[in-house]
This record gives sequence, C-alpha cells and structure tokens, in this order.
Amino acid sequence: MTSPDITRRGLVAAGGGMAAAAGLPLLLAPPVQAQSKTLTLLNVSYDATRELYKEINVAFSAFWKARTGEFLDIKQSHGGSGKQARAVIDGLQADVVTLALAGDIDEIAARAKLLPANWQSRLPINSTPYTSTIVLLVRKGNPKAIRDWADLVKPGVGVIVSNPKTSGGARWAYLAAYAYGQSKGGQAAARAYITKLFRNVPVLGAGARDATTTFAQRGIGDVLLAWENEAFLTIHEFGPNFDIVYPSSSILAEPPLALLDKNVDRHKTRVVATGYLNFLYSPQAQDIIARHHYRPRNAASAAKYAANLKPIAMVTIDQAFGGWKKAQATHFAEGGLFDQIYKPA
Amino acid sequence: MSPAARPISSVRLPGVAFALVAASAIVMAALVLLPLFVVFRDAFDKGIGKYLAAVSDPDAVSAMKLTLLVAGIAVPLNAIFGIAAAWCIAKFEFRGKGVLLTLIDLPFSMSPVVSGLVWVLLFGAQGWFGTWLIDHDIKIIFATTGLVLATILVTFPFVARELIPLMQDQGADEEAAALTLGASGFTTFWKITLPNIRWALLYGVLLCNARAMGEFGAVSVVSGHIRGLTTTLPLHVEVLYNDYDFVGAFATASLLASLGLVTLVLKTGLEWRHAGELAANRKH
Repeated sequence: MTSPDITRRGLVAAGGGMAAAAGLPLLLAPPVQAQSKTLTLLNVSYDATRELYKEINVAFSAFWKARTGEFLDIKQSHGGSGKQARAVIDGLQADVVTLALAGDIDEIAARAKLLPANWQSRLPINSTPYTSTIVLLVRKGNPKAIRDWADLVKPGVGVIVSNPKTSGGARWAYLAAYAYGQSKGGQAAARAYITKLFRNVPVLGAGARDATTTFAQRGIGDVLLAWENEAFLTIHEFGPNFDIVYPSSSILAEPPLALLDKNVDRHKTRVVATGYLNFLYSPQAQDIIARHHYRPRNAASAAKYAANLKPIAMVTIDQAFGGWKKAQATHFAEGGLFDQIYKPA
Repeated sequence: MSPAARPISSVRLPGVAFALVAASAIVMAALVLLPLFVVFRDAFDKGIGKYLAAVSDPDAVSAMKLTLLVAGIAVPLNAIFGIAAAWCIAKFEFRGKGVLLTLIDLPFSMSPVVSGLVWVLLFGAQGWFGTWLIDHDIKIIFATTGLVLATILVTFPFVARELIPLMQDQGADEEAAALTLGASGFTTFWKITLPNIRWALLYGVLLCNARAMGEFGAVSVVSGHIRGLTTTLPLHVEVLYNDYDFVGAFATASLLASLGLVTLVLKTGLEWRHAGELAANRKH
C-alpha cells in the first residue's frame, strides 16, 4: 500500500492539472474592467427580439450615459414568450418585460402581482411602441406554390410553426390563420381550417427560433409561419434561399412592454427602467425598430423605411377575437381549442 | 484484486472478435468522432481570429467562469457526500440501507428537467418558500445558487456510485485493525480509508466534474437565461445557436468538448495505471 503522502500528492497534482486545463481558455480573455457606478437592468423578452434589443441596449446606454452620467449594464434574457412569462412569475428578477403579446403580461399581473392589472394603459398606444405581423416564408422559387392561407392545408405541404402554448409568435400565427378561416365562413369553417392546418405541422418548436432553425438550418418543411422581422432575418442570416410571401390578410401583432413595479422598487431601478421603455418611443429607437423590420408607430420612421414595410390587410385581436383575455381562454388555455384540434403526429 | 474482471479476453474467437471490433469502431467513428470533428471544424470555420473573438467575448468568458464556479462548488460537495454515503453503506449494517442506495441512484433515473423543476417548486416565487425568500431578498432560482443546487442534484450519485462497490469489496478489516491499535477515527480515515479509495475517488470526481460542467437540462430550468449572468457554457451554446451565431456556438462547444477531452485523458490515465484499484467497479 502506498503511503498517504503519495496519495495526497497524486490528488493535488491531478486536481491542479484539471484546474489548469479548465482555466486555460480564461487566459485568452481580456481582464474584466472594474467600473465605478453601474446600474443593471434586466429585460426579459421574447425570442425574435434578440438582434433588436442588442442594438437598442447600446443606443440607450449611450443616451443614458450622456444624460445622467450613469453606466448601464442591460442584461437580456430571450425565449418563447409564454415560457419567459412563466420564469418571471417564478421569480426571474426582470425590471422590464418586452413580450410578444399582452396576454403573457396579463398572466404576470394576475399570478405574481408584480404590476397592476391596468398596466397596458400606462404607456402610449397600448404599451406597444411597434407592431408586427405574421408572414409566410417559403423556399426559394416557392416550389409548392404557396400564395395564401388556403395553400397551407393542401396535402403534402409541411408547415413549420412553434408551439402556441409556449411561443407568442405561434399564438399570433395561429390567430392569423384562424381569422382567415373565420372570414371564409364563421367559427365552423375556422375550426375546420385550423384543424387541417395543424395536421400539416410535423413538429412544434418551443420558441420562434426553434421553428426558424428547424425550417432554415435543418431544411424541414415547405413553409414557415414567421414573424415578419424573423422572416427578413432568416434571409439575412441564411442567404437568399427563401422567399417571403405576404398572405391576403394577416393579424396586427402588438408586442407590448411593461415595467414590473415590485421588481424595480426592490432593485431601485424605476427611473432608469421608465427611461428605457420611453426611449423605445423616441425617433432614434423607432428608426432602429424599423431597420429590424418591425413596424414602428412613429410615422416619420415608418415613412423613412417604407421599403421594409409592405402594406398588408390586418385584422386586430379586438375585432376578430374580442381581445387577448377571450382569445387566450377560448384557444390556448388548458383544454382550449388548440388542445382539442392538435394531435401530435 | 478481483479475478472476475479479467478472463474474457483470453477466449479466442478471431472472426467474431474482429467483426465486433470493426463494427464498434465504425459506430464510434460515426457517433463520437464525427460530431467532435464537426464541432471543431465549425468553430474554426471563419478562421482563428473569429474563434478567439468568440471565446473571449465577455458573455462567453462569464459563462466559462460561471461553469467553473458551479462545478467548483458542486463537485467537492458531492465528493464529501459521496465518501460519507459510501462509508456508511459499505462499512456498516443498518436498516434502510436499500432505501438509501435507491435514493442515491434516484438522480440517475430521474429526468434532469425534474431535477431543475423541484427547485423552482421549492424556491420559485410561487413555490413553498417563495414569499419568505422574496421578503428576505434571497435569490436562489435564476441565480448562481439555483444553478449549483440543480447541478448537485443531478451529479450526486457519481462519486458515491464509484466508491460503494470498492469499499464493500475492501471490507472494514483494515479500519478495524487500525482502531484496535489505538488510531483515532480521523487518523483511520486519513491513513487507511482514503488511501485505499483514492483512485476510485478521483475517478468519481472526474465523472462528476464532467457531468457538472456539461449539464444542460436541469440548469436550463433554473437559469432564466440571462446572458453574461446565469448562462453556463452549455446554455451559452444554445443562446448563441439561437442567435444564429454558429461560429460562436461551436467555438463555445469546442471549449466544452476540450474540457471533456481533458477529463477523458485523465480518466484513461487513471484506468491504465490503477486498473486494479478501480476494478471492483467492473463487477457492478
């Protein structure tokens, strides 16, 4: 039996080797700069806004530094909108939420009471500084000749969309499709249409990004029901192997934002969080928003980037579904219409 | 030490053996080497400059530090727990031993998602202790503590499972002798038990460490995915992949793969040099 000394040396040497190997890449990294007063803000957002907020955060940090002299460190978290709302309800310490739809922020207000129920009236235009819509992204040359919603339910068409339970974009997509069905003959026609549509869906991703990578990177399916900005981003990122098809009508998607009162008061970030949300309405932010293929509220920005914003007929959730609360309860709640019509393949 | 571990290789079946070896080599190449090659190829796809930029990105560096921190806390704790559990299971007889063994194995049979979710149910804002934690401004979920807890839960069988068969094999004779000769409990542990199990312990620690650094499912549930704050390396890979930053994703993945390769080399070295002392495990 070897002596304990050798044992210890062996352990130490091996442990040291492990630590050295693990720590090696750290040496390549520049040292972290010690900053004096830095405010931290956490923006919990949905999947499709990664690139948008990267740019907004840089612009706002500079704006805030110039105005107050304070350094800002804006942290981001992205994922399916419903999943993100769930995390905030479970205690993710967001100062602001910028989610895909009002229903998810309503959930936060109802379950975690982090903000008042009337949150949506606190900021201009329903707390939505920009809108977006759902479009169809098809493969180059549109081999399956997909022109409108009716073409999606044809046999042999693979439709890629994420799970409406976890993804905000998918809920908008579902409602856009349902509204099309309604326009063709009321509830019965809509239900028949949406049932057939989801029969053509081979796989449901958790968030918009899952669906996009399934379609663009893994090459599955013939058409992606995508956020308008996500469709443009896909072409930008994956090259011109895709075409965007604007259907005859779609839905006016309003992704809202809100400050979480209880959290900002605990973090003492109310002032900067308010500044951040208001900044999104400024001409500078509205231009950034338009450049990322969202539809800005500011008329000047919209005019400047008119080439990005093809006109399209859009129904609103209030007209077609009587608001989010009703839509959520009818379609996406446990046992709702989506649960009834969707049978995983 | 354990004769049961040896004999198979002495049986000669040249044709069958060759076919089996060839088949496993092909499967290994396709399932292990090819993905590994792809990771490194895609990481260096846009050149070494882009690779270095990706691995020195502040979020990547912070993910790396967080991963090392989480493993650095979880692994030693699990090593201590593993030794304690193996000690009492192997050296003592008591009622409920079978239950304890089953409990130790539970994380192996439980989905990592569950291992993460239990902490949310306990410490999440809507969980059992949620209100109390908020009132006292203690952050567990969506913070480093939660990541450590989830990692501990997922990896705690590794050390214990390595040690238990070995210590059972060794019995308590040497310790009994030491105690009879007047050694204190601590001296007995330090001079008899620890030296006897050291290589198996190190082996268990390596496996535990590999899993701790690579764990995805459980930490994903408790992370909140805040970039540069609560994303460990595996989570950061996912974030970058979903950002369409494929070079970044694969560069980060290559770091993880490198950590894995270092572990593998250390593990192989251990097996090669100390096969005898690890052999007790093979029977189980």
